[in-house]
Formats: sequence, C-alpha cells, structure tokens
Amino acid sequence: MKILVAIKRVLDANVPVRIRADGLDVEISGARMSINPFDEVALEEAVRLKECGSASEVLAVALGAAVNQDILRHALALGADRAVQVEAPAGLQPLGVAKLLQAVVAREQPDLVLIGKQAVDDDAGQEGQMLAALLGWPQATFVSALQIENQALQAVREVDGGTETLALPLPAVVTADLRLNEPRFIKLPSLMLARKKPIEALSADALGVDLAPRLSVKALSEPPARGAGRLVADAAELVECLQIEGRRLEIKELS
Amino acid sequence: MSILILAEHDGQALKPATRRVVGAASSWTLPADVLVVGSQAVAREAAQLAGIRQVLHLECDAVPVAEELAPLLVELMHEHSVLLAAHSSLARDVLPRAAALLDVAMIGDAVRITGPASYVRPMYAGRLLAKVDSRDAIQVVTVRAPLFTPVGDAPAVPIQTLPALTGSATTRRIAANQQVSERPQLASARVVVSGGRALGEQFDTLLAPLAETLGAALGATRAAVDAGFAANELQVGQTGIVVAPGIYLAVGLSGAAQHLAGMSDSDVIVAINQDPDAPIFKVADYGLVGNLFETVPAVTRAIRQLQERQA
Ligand SMILES: Cc1cc2nc3c(=O)[nH]c(=O)nc-3n(C[C@H](O)[C@H](O)[C@H](O)COP(=O)(O)OP(=O)(O)OC[C@H]3O[C@@H](n4cnc5c(N)ncnc54)[C@H](O)[C@@H]3O)c2cc1C
Repeated sequence: MKILVAIKRVLDANVPVRIRADGLDVEISGARMSINPFDEVALEEAVRLKECGSASEVLAVALGAAVNQDILRHALALGADRAVQVEAPAGLQPLGVAKLLQAVVAREQPDLVLIGKQAVDDDAGQEGQMLAALLGWPQATFVSALQIENQALQAVREVDGGTETLALPLPAVVTADLRLNEPRFIKLPSLMLARKKPIEALSADALGVDLAPRLSVKALSEPPARGAGRLVADAAELVECLQIEGRRLEIKELS
Repeated sequence: MSILILAEHDGQALKPATRRVVGAASSWTLPADVLVVGSQAVAREAAQLAGIRQVLHLECDAVPVAEELAPLLVELMHEHSVLLAAHSSLARDVLPRAAALLDVAMIGDAVRITGPASYVRPMYAGRLLAKVDSRDAIQVVTVRAPLFTPVGDAPAVPIQTLPALTGSATTRRIAANQQVSERPQLASARVVVSGGRALGEQFDTLLAPLAETLGAALGATRAAVDAGFAANELQVGQTGIVVAPGIYLAVGLSGAAQHLAGMSDSDVIVAINQDPDAPIFKVADYGLVGNLFETVPAVTRAIRQLQERQA
C-alpha cells in the first residue's frame, strides 16, 4: 500500500504574526517557517503504518516555491521514502491545491492520502475534503485514531459533542487531528540520511491544472483589542463583579 | 436566486446555532430554504423559523456521511446560489466536498458578511482578520454562529419532502459516541467554565460544582484534553470548538493564541491564574491572581451563598 502525504510550509505556530506592508498578506521574510503541525502528524501516521507493515511506501508532496525543500527534507528525515516538490505560483487557494494534488495522485496512484485537517496559517480546513470530492474517494476527516485491515480503514473522528467511527474502503482520503499521534523527534543521523534521498521536481504548469484564484483578500487587520481588565482582590469581590455582569446579561443563576 | 441553509440538530431538536445561521442569511436579501436531514419533528420545528421560505426535508435516522450528503447538496444547488451553514464539524466535513464538486471556493468561519460575496474571516488562530471577496457564482459559506443574531418563531412555512437517497456511499458509520450531559451544550451555553492543564486530575471535582452553580457548560484547553483531564469534545480553540458566551471563566489556563481563537469573542472574560503575567489576563475583563485550588472552591461557595440569600 502506498501513502501520499501532502505537507504545507507555514509560519511557525509560535512566532508573532505580522501584516505585510501592502496589508494583503503576512510578512514571512526572515520569519521562522515550519511544516504545518497537522501535516506532520499525518506524516508520522503514514510512517508508523509503514513501520508496522501496513504500508509499503510513503511519499511526501509539497506545493509552492522551491523553498519547500526544507519541509520535504524534514519529511524525508521523519521517514518518508520519497518527496515530490510541485513548483507553483504563490497564493494557491484550497481548490487549486486540491486540483494539483488530484493531478499528483493520478501520476502516483496512492491507495491512501493522509493530510492535516487544517493548516495553521489560513485555517481553511478544506483540502482533504476537496481532494476526496475531485477523486470521488471516500473521506474520513478530523481523525484521532486509524486502523487498516484487509484494504479497509477504520477511523475515529472527533466531531462536535463526541466521536464517531467510520469504516471505509481504500482508496480514501484521511485528514489528521493533532491527537492522532505525537510526531517523533528527528535525530541528526536521520537528517543526514535524508539529504541523500531524492526530491523530484514537478511544475504546476506541466500538470495542466486551472489555478485561477476564486477568492481575493482585500485587507488584513488585527482584531480589535479588548479593553483593559481589572484585577480583583479575592473570591468575594470576583463574585460581586460576576453578579453585576450576570444581571446585565440576564443570567438567572447570577441575578 | 436563493439561499440553502443546512440545519443542524441532535436527532430530536434543532441546535440553537441554526437559528443564528438563519439570522446570518438575512445579510443577503434572498429567500432562504432550510434543509433538514433528519426526523419529521425537526422538520416541523424548522418550518417555524422566522423569515424562511420553506423547509426541504429528507427523512432519515442518522445524517448521511459526507460522501453521500455532498452530492445531495450539489443537486439542490441547481436551485440556489448560496449554501450556508454553521462552522460545525458536520459542515466542515461536507461543505468543502460539496464546494469542490461545484467547482467553487468555500469561505469558512465567516465572522461578518459584508456584501453578497464579501466576508470577514479569521486566520492564524484568530490573530488576523481577512476581508475576502469571492468571484464564484455560487457561494459556499460557514459562519461563526455565536456572532449572529438568532431568529425567533413564526407561523409554519411549507415542508417539501425530498426523495430518499439511494445509499451509494462506500463509507459506513459503525459507531457514534455523543456525550450526554445534564449541562448546557458548550456551543450555545450562556456561561462557560473552562479549565487548563493546571487543574490536573481535579478537573471535574473542582470545575463541575462551579459549572453547576452557574448553569454553565464545561470547556477545556488542548493541554487539559491531551493530558486526559477533560474529554476531547470540551476543547475550545483553533482546533476545537469556538464559543462566544456571555461569561467565559478561564481557570488555570495560560491563554495561548490557539486557545484565545476559540473564546475571545466572549462578552465577559474572567481569569483565575496564579501567574500575574499569564497572557489570559491581557484579554480578561476580571482577573483573580491566586492558587485555583483555593480560589475555585471559594468562588463556588460565594456564589452558592449569594443564591441562597436571593432565594
Ligand atoms: C497547531 C496547534 C493547535 C492548537 N489548538 C489548540 C486549541 O484548539 N485549544 C487550546 O486550548 N490549545 C490549542 N493548542 C495548544 C496551545 O498552544 C497551548 O499549548 C494550550 O492552550 C495550553 O493549555 P493550558 O493553558 O491549559 O496550559 P499551560 O499553557 O501550561 O497553562 C497552565 C496555566 O495554569 C497556571 N497555573 C498553574 N498552576 C496553577 C494554580 N495552582 N492556580 C492557578 N493557576 C495555575 C499557569 O500559570 C499557566 O498559566 C494548539 C497548539 C498548536 C501548536
């Protein structure tokens, strides 16, 4: 079984977000970039499936500028066998990404596509579902536990108010929640080894995919700051304040 | 053209978010139809939502999986130009699939609708707001329901019954675990008591009594959930549920950006933390610096006393 994992390069989740001078995007020059944490979890899951004998090959795919090489090296160090870098213009949108991945899937014929449930930059959370739609494959989204047996998947999904378990045949698309696993720490020898593994380059042009943007960002802004709060001395004073707010908000337990 | 709203329910009744999505639909001046995939009782309840044109009803026991529901939405969109839903796990699963089948983009988690194809939506865990325009002829949109005004009831509109699905999906739902609780639903509660990693094994013993006195839902940080102190469906934040209650009581949690993403639209934020420099105090309206193992029981007691005095 072959697994394709799509990974995205994003501003590291722990660094401040600054708006670019033109106000239309985020300033990433000089900022620390990382593999999207959800995609790293997807990749870790794929590597574990290979390690336990359920999968035979793990392919990591990144779309965008050549700088994606760094996250592909990371993916190879984590345990991917091969990497594909699809060079594409900046500003890809979810539907365009899904179409590019569809073209890569047509070339590579994986049995399973694993991908993060969302990216921490645009927080769109659409990629896996859109790709599954275009491929006509079943999907399991927001997955926190995954099993493969006899060419079929069993996936536990995190849904509002609880969980549910789906059984689905392969090929399929699975999107990973952070709780699916904890990615391993990459050791230096794996990093060295990863330098020797191949990264194949493709171009979006050659894949002949319509990437026309559907959405345009008109402006970015920071959300209005909340007014300065007030520190209270003790529980009694806190409850007095709660009562005042409770009356204003018509909360019967506090009125 | 018109709007198609995907209703949400728990099998028996509409979820409060649906009333707010219908409220959001008034941003367009278009007729709105509500799609109920569920029981007759829910369809009848939906028929009384104020301001809608009709209910489209597909009768079934359990909501079909995305693989089956998305093609239905696509078919219904021949007659509609906007597909609208709450930013729930159901819609986040099925709407992107429907959008791709329709060959259109999807706008997720809109916090404002500023024109027929213009929206404001958060990015980067709510640290930025983006004003986004769509060029597509069909708009597929989820909204952050708590930020929109709910509609009330009105005389019932007609219910149009849809033909049953053919059952073409290859996916089967083999288990569903919905946590039943006496407490209000987290997504729509007026008061939320939320705990972080600091609660440890005492998450429930300390916070449940406080939540009970306040008629509140319980929430949690990812750290508290990952450590096994709280159930996963309680997680508030970028990757959990987004809430905007009247009062959000944040206990023993630091206020990481990913957590704030899920609660910073709350009306009043109250923080209890022993570290005066914890980021949660930057967004809190009221802060109590102290050891939660002492202050939480004290707050619970003080509220009970207050309630006894009033009774
Ligand atoms: C991609 C990504 C997505 C994420 N999504 C989410 C999400 O959806 N929701 C979420 O919550 N997090 C999310 N996180 C995690 C987030 O970054 C934080 O790690 C998490 O919110 C921290 O949880 P916490 O505040 O409970 O723990 P901590 O940050 O450890 O805070 C504990 C707090 O308790 C206080 N404290 C300790 N002891 C006491 C005491 N005795 N009395 C009073 N106060 C005390 C401390 O001062 C501290 O402020 C995400 C992270 C990533 C990378």
